[in-house]
Amino acid sequence: MNKPLRRIAIFCGILVLALMIRDNWLQYVRADELNTHKLNKRVEIERYAHERGNIIVDGKAVTGSVETDDSYYKYKRTYTDGPMWAPVTGYASQVFGANQIEKLEDGILSGNSDQLFFDRTMAMFTGDKKKGGNVVTTLNGKAQKAAFEGLGKKKGAVAAIDPKTGRILALASTPSYDPSSFAGRLKDDEKAWVSLNKDTDKPMLNRALRETYPPGSTFKVVTAAAALENGKVDDIDAPTDTPEPYILPGTQTPMVNHASGCENASLNRAMEVSCNSVFAKLGDDVTRDKMVETAEEFGFNNGEIDTPVRAASSVYDRNMSRDGNAQSSIGQFNTAATPLQMAMVTAAIANDGKLMKPYMIDSLVSPDLDTIQQNEPEEMSRPISAENAQLLQKMMENVVERGTGSNAAIPGVKVGGKTGTAQHGENNSKNPYAWFISYAKGADGSPVAVAVVVEDSEARRDDISGGGLAAPIAKAVMKAVLSDK
Amino acid sequence: MSVVTNTTTIGAIDAPSRRNTELMLLGFAVAIPVFAYINVGLALDGELPAGVIGYGLGLGLLAGVAHIVVRRFAKYADPLLLPLATLLNGLGLVLIWRLDQSPRLMARSDFAPQATNQLMYSALGIALFVGVLLVLKDHRVLQRFTYISMAVAMVLLVLPLVPGLGADVFGAKIWIRVGGFSIQPGEFAKIVIAVFFSGYLMVKRDALALASRRFMGLYLPRGRDLGPILTIWAMSLLILVFENDLGTSLLFFGMFVIMLYVATERTSWIVIGLLMSAGGAVVVASFASHVQSRVAAWIDPFGCLETAPAGSNMINACDQMTQVLMSFGSGGVIGTGLGQGNSDLISFAANSDFIFATVGEELGLTGVMAFLLLYGLIIERGVRTALAARDPFGKLFAIGLSGAFALQVFVVAGGVMGLIPLTGMTMPFLAAGGSSVIANWALIGILIRISDTARRPAPAPAPSPDAEMTQVVRP
Repeated sequence: MNKPLRRIAIFCGILVLALMIRDNWLQYVRADELNTHKLNKRVEIERYAHERGNIIVDGKAVTGSVETDDSYYKYKRTYTDGPMWAPVTGYASQVFGANQIEKLEDGILSGNSDQLFFDRTMAMFTGDKKKGGNVVTTLNGKAQKAAFEGLGKKKGAVAAIDPKTGRILALASTPSYDPSSFAGRLKDDEKAWVSLNKDTDKPMLNRALRETYPPGSTFKVVTAAAALENGKVDDIDAPTDTPEPYILPGTQTPMVNHASGCENASLNRAMEVSCNSVFAKLGDDVTRDKMVETAEEFGFNNGEIDTPVRAASSVYDRNMSRDGNAQSSIGQFNTAATPLQMAMVTAAIANDGKLMKPYMIDSLVSPDLDTIQQNEPEEMSRPISAENAQLLQKMMENVVERGTGSNAAIPGVKVGGKTGTAQHGENNSKNPYAWFISYAKGADGSPVAVAVVVEDSEARRDDISGGGLAAPIAKAVMKAVLSDK
Repeated sequence: MSVVTNTTTIGAIDAPSRRNTELMLLGFAVAIPVFAYINVGLALDGELPAGVIGYGLGLGLLAGVAHIVVRRFAKYADPLLLPLATLLNGLGLVLIWRLDQSPRLMARSDFAPQATNQLMYSALGIALFVGVLLVLKDHRVLQRFTYISMAVAMVLLVLPLVPGLGADVFGAKIWIRVGGFSIQPGEFAKIVIAVFFSGYLMVKRDALALASRRFMGLYLPRGRDLGPILTIWAMSLLILVFENDLGTSLLFFGMFVIMLYVATERTSWIVIGLLMSAGGAVVVASFASHVQSRVAAWIDPFGCLETAPAGSNMINACDQMTQVLMSFGSGGVIGTGLGQGNSDLISFAANSDFIFATVGEELGLTGVMAFLLLYGLIIERGVRTALAARDPFGKLFAIGLSGAFALQVFVVAGGVMGLIPLTGMTMPFLAAGGSSVIANWALIGILIRISDTARRPAPAPAPSPDAEMTQVVRP
C-alpha cells in the first residue's frame, strides 16, 4: 500500500503548495490593488485612527480633531468658524472624502507623507503615537473675518492678496457651509451632505477660486494697462479721441455710457467715472491680440493657477470678433474672471507691475514642529512696466478720491480702486454683479490688494452699485490688514 | 558472547523515543503563543495584557500534561505532532482573543467573545487526547467496531436534521444544541467514519482491487463493489442538500476516495471519484441557491457585489468574500502586526470561518506561509505514520485522518483565499468552535497512537536455547 500512500503524500503537498501560490498571488501580486480598492475602508480607518494635523492661521489652528466613540473611525475632524474658513480649508469627511487643502496636503495632515518619513521612523523607536503634521497658511484672520462678515448674508466672494509676496490674506465665499456638519459618518452627517449638495445656492462652491464672473468695469484697468503698454495712450490726462455715442466697430450698436462727459474724456477721467465708450474704443485700438497678450500676462486663460488649490481659469477670448473685443475690453461679452484673478490684477498694479504667484500655504510643519517645507514668494510675470503701473495707481487712487470708489476711502491711507457692475443673463435680465477691486498703500508699498464680488445686488445698472455694495467690504478687509501692521 | 540482531525495518536496537525532542519543541510551542499574546496586548492597549501569566501557565500546563501522558503511554510516538498541534491551538487562542477585543465586533448583536470558551474547549480537547492515549492501547482494537462506527457516523450526521435538536445557524444545519452547548457532530463523524472506512476497506480491498474488468485502460469495478462508493456519494450529496454543508460532504467523499485508492492501488477509483464529485457538484449547484451564491462570490466577488440583488443571500456572500480578499491584500508581505489589522470588518464569522484572514492581514504573507507549513507538517507526519504503520488497518486509518485533515485545511484556506468556493468549515485548531478543537485533538491523539505502534521497535527475539547450545564451546 506504500506506493499509493506516497502519491497521496504528493497530492497533499500539491494542495498545500496551491494554497501557498494562491496566497502569494493575493498578498504579493494583488496586494496594492486590494489595499487601495475603493471598497476597502482601511485607508479611511487608518486616516482617522489618530489625530489629524491642523491647518493653522495666525498661529492658531482653525481645525481640530475630536475622539469619537465610533468603532470605525476613532477621530473626527472639527472646524473652528467652519463656514468662514471653508473656502480655505475645504473639508475632510470620514465618508465623503476631502477637498482643497485637506485633500491636497492629506499626506502631511494624516502623517502618511514620505516627507514625514524621518518623524515616523523616530516615532517607531520612541513609541510615540502617530500624529499628523500641520499646514501653516498665509491667511490673515482679521482680514478673513472682515471679508466674511462684510459679505454677510449676501452671495459673493472676496479674495485678498499681499501684492509684494503673492501671499493670500483672505479668501471668503458666501453662502458657505460648515465642514464639521458632515465630518462624521452618522445619519446627521449624511443628511447635511445631501442637503448641501441639493442647495441651489451652492454653498459648497468656493466662489473666490472656482467661480468665474464677468468682471465688468473692473476689467477697465487691464484695458488701460494694455493701452499704456502698447503706446496707445502716453498722457493719461490728454483727451482721447472718443466720439459720443461710440458705435461698436462693424456694427450699428452704440456703446451705452452710464456716466456723462465721456466724449473725448482723458483716460484718467474715463477711469474716474467709468466711461464705457473710451475703454471699448481703447480695446479696439490696442487690437484683440495685444489685449489677449496683456490679459494673459495678468493670468487670464491660465488653467494652472495653483494656490495650491487650483483656481478656475479666467477667460479673455482669443478668437472673438472686433466688436466682441471692444465689448470684452469693458469686462462684458466673453470675459470672465475669478475674484482671485481680479485680486491678482490689482496686486500686480499695486506692486509696480510685478505679479507675484498667489499662494496660501506658508509652510508644512512636522508633528515635532520642524519645518518640512517653506514656500517662498515667486514672481509669476511682469504684465506692465513700473512707470505704467504707477500711472495706473494714480488713476485708481483718483477713482477713490474723486470717482465711483469713494466708499473705499480710508482716512490717512492712499487707496486705489475700481468699481464694476457686470451685467449678465439674457438681455441683462438678471441682477448684475457688483465688483470692487482695490489696494491700500503705505509708505513702503501696498500690503494688500482686494477683489470683492457680490452676486445678488439689488441696485441696477450703475457703477455706483459696485462702489455701494462691494467697496465697503473691500475697505473693511484693507483696514483689517492695515491695523495688523 | 551473544549478538543481538535486529531484523525490523525501523530503527536500531534502542530506537530513540524522541521524547526530549518533543519536550523542547513544546517549549517553543508554548513560548511563541505567549509572545504573540503579549504582542497583541501591547498593540491594543500599550501594556502587558493582564491574563498573560494565566494564559502562559494554562497553555504550558495543558502541553505538559499531554507530554507526560505521551511520554508514559506512547513512548515512541512521533515527536512533532503534539508540539505542532499545541502551537496552532495556542496561536488560535491568541487570534480569537484578539478579535474579542475588537470594538467593531463587540458592537454586533450576534457576536460573543470566544476566547474563554475556546480555552475551555482546548482543555477538553487535550483531555480527550489524553483519554485516547489511555484507553486506546492499540489502535487495531477499533477494527472490531467497523460497522458500529458506520452506524454512529450516520447518526451523528443526521442529528442536525432532527427537529428540536438541530440548529440552523447562518444557513447551514450542521449544529445541534444540547443544553447550552452547540455541537458540530460532523467534526466527530469525520473520525468515526474513518474507522468504518479503514475496517471495511481492509476487508474488501482485494475484492475491490482484483475483481474488475479492464475498459479503456481503467479497471472498472463490478457493479456490486460499486455499492459502497455510491452509498457514500449519495450520503455526501444528501448532507449537502439537507444540511447545506458543502464542506463536510466534500470532506467525506474526498476521504473515502483517498482511502479507497490507497486500499486498492487502483487509479480508476480516483477517476471514478472525480467524475462522481463533478457530477454531484453540477447537480447540487443547479439546485441549491446556497451553493450558487458562493460560486458567484468565488468567480467575481467585486463584480457580484454590484450585480447581486440587495438584501439577498448572494450579496452577503459576495460582501464577505470581498472583505476577506481586501483583508488579505491589506496584510501584504509582512502584515500589519498582531492587533493592528482590520480583519474584523469581515463580520460575524471573523473568529471562526474567516480567522485565517486575520492571520493574512496581521501576519502577512510571511505568517500565512508559516501557518501553511505548520499544517503541511502535521499532514506530512500523518502520512509518514501511515507509511510506517505495519498493519493495513493502521495505514488506512492514518491516511484517512491525515487526508481528511489535509482536505479540511485546503478547503477552508482555499475557500477563504478565494482559490475555491467558500464552504464554511473551520480551520483546525485555529478557529473558534468547541467541536472542531476537541475532535482535532482526538485526531492527533489517534495519529500519535498509531505512530507509537508503528515506530515501536519489535521486541528482540527470545534467545533460542538451541542456538545457545551450538555457540557455546564447552571445554
